Amino acid sequence: MTMDFLRPATWAEALEAKAERPGAVPVQGGTDVMVELNFDVRRPDALLDLNRVAALGEWSAEEDGRLRVGAGVTYARLIAELGDRLPGLAQAARTVGSPQIRNRGTVGGNLGAASPAGDGHPPLLAAGAEIEVESAARGVRMIPAEEFYLGVKRSALEPDELIRAFWTRPAGGPQYFSKVGTRNAMVIAVCSFALALHPAERRAGTGIGSAAPTPRRAVAAEEFLAAELDWDTGRLDPGLPRRFGELAAGAASPIDDVRGTAAYRRHAVAVLARRTLTWAWHDLWAAGPHEGPHDGPRGRVRRPGGPVAPGDPGDPEKPRREAG
Amino acid sequence: MNGETDITGADGVPDPVTADLRLSVNGVPRPVTVDTRETLLDTLREHLGLTGAKKGCDHGQCGACTVLVDGRRALSCLTLTVTADDVEIVTVEGLADGDALHPLQAAFIENDALQCGYCTPGQLCSAAGALAEAADGWPSAVTPDLSAPPRLDETEIRERMSGNLCRCGAYPGIVAAVGQVAR
Ligand SMILES: Cc1cc2nc3c(=O)[nH]c(=O)nc-3n(C[C@H](O)[C@H](O)[C@H](O)COP(=O)(O)OP(=O)(O)OC[C@H]3O[C@@H](n4cnc5c(N)ncnc54)[C@H](O)[C@@H]3O)c2cc1C
Ligand code: FES
Ligand code: FES
Repeated sequence: MTMDFLRPATWAEALEAKAERPGAVPVQGGTDVMVELNFDVRRPDALLDLNRVAALGEWSAEEDGRLRVGAGVTYARLIAELGDRLPGLAQAARTVGSPQIRNRGTVGGNLGAASPAGDGHPPLLAAGAEIEVESAARGVRMIPAEEFYLGVKRSALEPDELIRAFWTRPAGGPQYFSKVGTRNAMVIAVCSFALALHPAERRAGTGIGSAAPTPRRAVAAEEFLAAELDWDTGRLDPGLPRRFGELAAGAASPIDDVRGTAAYRRHAVAVLARRTLTWAWHDLWAAGPHEGPHDGPRGRVRRPGGPVAPGDPGDPEKPRREAG
Repeated sequence: MNGETDITGADGVPDPVTADLRLSVNGVPRPVTVDTRETLLDTLREHLGLTGAKKGCDHGQCGACTVLVDGRRALSCLTLTVTADDVEIVTVEGLADGDALHPLQAAFIENDALQCGYCTPGQLCSAAGALAEAADGWPSAVTPDLSAPPRLDETEIRERMSGNLCRCGAYPGIVAAVGQVAR
């Protein structure tokens, strides 16, 4: 079994190579691809190494106010360079794999793999990100994150396309990501939840991971928040986070597997949704209601200390740090 | 290099596609011919005689194969050698300065940070990378204040070393050794 190794130096060359050999497997950080190669899960006849395409490793602030983050920006750099503007995604990034994995792994690779358990997806959904993909034949397509994921490890990317970047607005309010796994390092999420408050628009975005064949938004839960949250005084009806959690759990369609049962996952989604809402709302109003909403602090990480026990009341009155 | 090599051997069985590379390992240029599918871990161990990096799992989960690539810690089992011809690779063999141990190596000995030693080369390279990351102000998942330079207390060290497993459970010594050098 032979394997060609293609190493384009520019984005244009990369697109050409992908057009000529749609079967070539792109490699960015290699943290997914190499596992498959080492274990013979995959035997591609060609690899397309994208590491020489410098543009993929760059990010920029664009004229429309959004950030355009190259598919090759590593988690480590995302945390260090964009943690203040993309706190939800940075929180998720800090839980990916291990430090070594974060030094190499990328959001582009997470999108390319399109695993329902990928930690990058829920924050992208919650923030309303768009994925920029391109082919030599048809040029650029902008795909909203929620239309990108089509099935388990299937995405809207065509065989001749490559992922160029994702586009997202810098956080306009508090964002949280929370996941349930057995320990912090190198856990594939049993389930995860991301919440982004958009106070200027008086609405919230959500993303659920590992609890359906694809990452997905909890649309009914978002509509409920837009209608019911008291954006004028900041008062939080105690029943509201619970109802939000129920609606979020309703959006999940989890399966039973070795990491958890469907019932447990649905319960855990409810708890994570409740918690992230309580934390985010508290951050938004931390300066006191008379001051009105303000931006949350730079992304902090909160995650359940362990599996969520059924019946866990689980709603801290105040945000608190939970040691791993 | 681009797979242009003759791919059919005399027996009609395709030969592996190979590439001639010049790696830089521990500051020394190392010319080597590798299969394009080969991992850096295999190249270091099988072709370059550098057996410090260990193959604990071959899929990114144990950290025993950790080396430094351009000063950052990376898993050599998840790195294709053909992608490493334009970077500086440092393995555990390159940490010491001649006969003078690297401070982390000395601290590992002093703090009994190993038993069988299988994970130690990866732990040392990972610790060197962790110290550099902290010096550059990179936060971890447990850094409380993201605006201040991280302080490497036990919780931080445990989190930052979480990509390296030790079957012998030498963790207390490892944490102590890293902490000693961090101060
Ligand atoms: C030990 C270990 C722990 C892990 N833990 C986590 C975790 O906690 N959370 C998590 O989400 N993931 C985890 N992963 C999976 C992996 O690290 C992530 O999915 C990571 O984001 C992949 O990025 P990469 O750049 O390494 O991708 P690669 O391996 O280079 O590529 C991944 C996929 O995307 C494709 N691809 C890459 N770049 C492009 C592009 N520009 N255009 C089109 N397709 C592209 C590749 O062909 C491949 O199919 C873990 C992996 C390991 C080995
Ligand atoms: S051998 Fe590379 S991480 Fe285990
Ligand atoms: S010392 Fe034996 S595995 Fe760590």
